[in-house]
Amino acid sequence: MAMQTWTQRLANPTRFMALSARLIPWLAGAACVLIAVGLYMAFTTPPDYQQGHTAKIMYVHVPAAWLSLFGYALVAASSFGLLVFRHPLADVSAKAAALVGAVFTFLCLVTGSLWGKPMWGAFWDWDPRLTAMLVLFFLYLGLIALRSSIEDEALAANLTAILGLVGIVMLPIIRYSVYWNSIHQPPSVSRFGAPAIHASLLWPLLVMAAGMGLLFAALHLKAMRNEILRRRVKALRLQRVQSAAGLAQAAE
Amino acid sequence: MDLGPHAVYVWASYGAVALTLAGLVAWLVLDGRRQQRLIDELDRHGIRRRSDRGREQG
Repeated sequence: MAMQTWTQRLANPTRFMALSARLIPWLAGAACVLIAVGLYMAFTTPPDYQQGHTAKIMYVHVPAAWLSLFGYALVAASSFGLLVFRHPLADVSAKAAALVGAVFTFLCLVTGSLWGKPMWGAFWDWDPRLTAMLVLFFLYLGLIALRSSIEDEALAANLTAILGLVGIVMLPIIRYSVYWNSIHQPPSVSRFGAPAIHASLLWPLLVMAAGMGLLFAALHLKAMRNEILRRRVKALRLQRVQSAAGLAQAAE
Repeated sequence: MDLGPHAVYVWASYGAVALTLAGLVAWLVLDGRRQQRLIDELDRHGIRRRSDRGREQG
């Protein structure tokens, strides 16, 4: 028998349900521990020399920003998996990632706005980075709206996957938008060379990012499980209607 | 804890993150329970997946 890849083994929804049921409590537990440690580190770290304690917003804003981009990359990869490999769980993953990614993008925008007011004097500016993140948020909402507006599930999945793949162009735009006459600071961690941030501020950020990343994974798996159950309900209801119609036909 | 003159923005940020994520967790948990309840209800009426029926017979 040919060796199956792990994605092929996961193609069976029943196997995925069993595996995810075991995995989610561990992911959620580890996320809670890391976030608790990260919060302790964040609130005991010395204030930034320029921004003071306001820089503590970074510990939720930056992980939310990273995860909003990761979430979209996951939507695009899942869309690719559906369109190219017809993987049975790819569409479920894309739908779940769109919801969770939209929430993290919303958090990135809200915390960025709350950070911008004391630092820039305004909650919002039509700056390249801020505008690009807002477009990403609308893209997420567009994916959710497009899917829910089409009744045929297979058609909705294909059209959403195409939009999801086209939207990947937003990721490099967001990444490089800080260099286009932006008031937003350039990258401090994910850049060539050493991070431009002191270790005392960097470590709490990395711990918070790891914790929020694990939480994202747990939420994504949970949303996927819910979607699989929703599709089972739909299939079972269809089965009930079909068997009722069969019985009526036999009675005639 | 004194977070300086802009403390309200810091607390508002953490509050927004905590409330939004708690809301998402609650919604996902409730949605999962609702879907499971619907499946159990269909199961009580004898409507179950072919694989489940096969397991019962096997």
